[in-house]
Amino acid sequence: MDLKELSRDESRGMTLIVKTISRLIMSFVILFGCFIIIYGHITPGGGFAGGIILTIAYVLLLLAFGGKVAMAKLSNFWASMWDNIGALSFVVIGFLGMTGGYFFLNFLDHGSPGHLVSAGMIPLCNIFIALKVGAALYAIFIGLSVYGRIVTEEEK
Amino acid sequence: MNHTLPLLVGIPLGMAVLTLMLSKASARIADITAFLTTLVTAGIAFTLVGAPVSTYWMGGWFPPFGISLVFDGLTSIMLLIVNLVAFLAIIYSLSYMEKYTAKPKFYSLFLLMVAGMNGVVLSGDLFNLFVFLEIASIASYALVGFGVEHQELEASFKYLILGTFASTMVLLGIGITYSMTGSLNMADVANTLKGMPSTTSMAFAAGAFIMGFSLKSGLVPFHAWLPDAHPSAPAPISAMLSGVLIKALGVYAMARVMFNVLGAAPIYMDIMLALGALSMVVGGLLAVGQWDMKRMFAYSSISQVGYIVLALGLGTHLGMIAAIFHLLNHSIFKSLLFLSTGSIEHATGTKNLRKLGGLGQKMPVTATTTTIGALSISGVPPFNGFFSKLLIILACAQAGQWFLAALATAVSVVTLVYFLKAMRFSLFGELPKALKNIKEVPFPMAFSVITLAVICLGVGIAYLVAGPAFTEIFLQPAADALMDGIRNGSSSYINAVLGG
Repeated sequence: MDLKELSRDESRGMTLIVKTISRLIMSFVILFGCFIIIYGHITPGGGFAGGIILTIAYVLLLLAFGGKVAMAKLSNFWASMWDNIGALSFVVIGFLGMTGGYFFLNFLDHGSPGHLVSAGMIPLCNIFIALKVGAALYAIFIGLSVYGRIVTEEEK
Repeated sequence: MNHTLPLLVGIPLGMAVLTLMLSKASARIADITAFLTTLVTAGIAFTLVGAPVSTYWMGGWFPPFGISLVFDGLTSIMLLIVNLVAFLAIIYSLSYMEKYTAKPKFYSLFLLMVAGMNGVVLSGDLFNLFVFLEIASIASYALVGFGVEHQELEASFKYLILGTFASTMVLLGIGITYSMTGSLNMADVANTLKGMPSTTSMAFAAGAFIMGFSLKSGLVPFHAWLPDAHPSAPAPISAMLSGVLIKALGVYAMARVMFNVLGAAPIYMDIMLALGALSMVVGGLLAVGQWDMKRMFAYSSISQVGYIVLALGLGTHLGMIAAIFHLLNHSIFKSLLFLSTGSIEHATGTKNLRKLGGLGQKMPVTATTTTIGALSISGVPPFNGFFSKLLIILACAQAGQWFLAALATAVSVVTLVYFLKAMRFSLFGELPKALKNIKEVPFPMAFSVITLAVICLGVGIAYLVAGPAFTEIFLQPAADALMDGIRNGSSSYINAVLGG
């Protein structure tokens, strides 16, 4: 079954009402998550909070449509990969600072305060933290929900 | 300023992640990256021996505002121990961990733990001490339960709950210290506290620190998790936990905070003396009755860490030298003993002393290294354990604590008793029929234990032949860093961080 059939399958996930509403809301949740991440250095919020909001969009998908659809959208392999990429990029940014003389030196142009493109590497750090936190939380969530269910079905 | 300091944290941290990514392509790559990473960190730690005291300002933010990494004598010896044992444990894991699935995940967690421990010993501010403490602890919770059998998960859960409680206590202490002094930088806190009258709040914070770090180092009466957690972990992890983790997270952190930050008041020294003496006796006596080899060695760790904390609590210069020397020695022979037990378990499939015997005939290498480890820890000359125990007893006598000196001597006899028991029932006697076909362990495992055994003998002989020079290079700078807290109210530490 491809993704379209899976998502229309009425035996999976919740009712049609929940599925429709979730489909509508999901893009807005992701948009809001991205806003929190990208504006992290000038408004409240940041990588951690934004990453959690991104995960919530996928958790909503998982709850409404069931584990298979969510796993088809973002598999455990890619969750783990994005998690690693986020963490690695963060450390790499730290090492790049050493070119300026200090580990984690803010080596990029600081810009003028209050603008979106400012604060040097802080927005980049926010993005990497969001990747790390979001992917890791999603991996934990599928670890706790989907994996457990697979084992119990096999036992049956 | 020393640019290698952040590398000791950054390299293992980055490689922990990269190892996991590369292992998706091929599991073999994980072996190589883990080996190279620990080789590099061990190399850096070696080059730093004898380097002058230095401070590193992360991101160019100067103290007391920024995060600083501080390198002094005590840090130097801890870095050497952590990275050396980690390197040998990784070599051992190359073949030992073959029987587990998910080897790359093991390496990843292992490197994360090394990064955490390096961070703890390098950190120059209290909050980062806590953060690195948690990194190392959380990696170790996962590693204790790595076998995912019932017993391992139970031990891991117990360790998780008690370890988290310990971390919470440490965080509570840090919170109170911050509210009283308005700073998190250790040198700045020490400087502020010097000019302040002692308050009930700071005494409470000190209590929270002592409790948290005692739990991390497994001192009696906070030891309940240790005899479960250390034997349940895979052998290289048992060696890391008993060999270095309880020292970096427990003993080192306690010594640093008590001596260099809170200023070594006599009451804290007395508490350390009492905790040390109690652990030394209780741990030793409990070890005698054990039939599980690893469990016996775990109780032995409680007893030996008791020796170290006892010597620290004396507060004298000889006491500090003895404590640092015993800390160095214990990390070497305890990791040797745990790795040797791992070899025995690898070959025979059991660590129950009742089912073993006569292994000396079939496994000559493992038998020799186990014997060397056991003789070292029991304090038989010319092995390293003899000299550090002698120094501890002398330091007790010099400080006028005759009762403690007698107690330390008595416990060292007890140590000999249970190690003779372990050797009698595993290496000597008759080989059980079920074990007729066992083989010696593969080369990487043998290499690690032989290296550690050689270091045991080498340190003992080096101390015998060139005692003053050995003390001068390895022990004196660390003892000076601690004595600085007692004699001058940490003024050299404060100057090194804030003035440099």
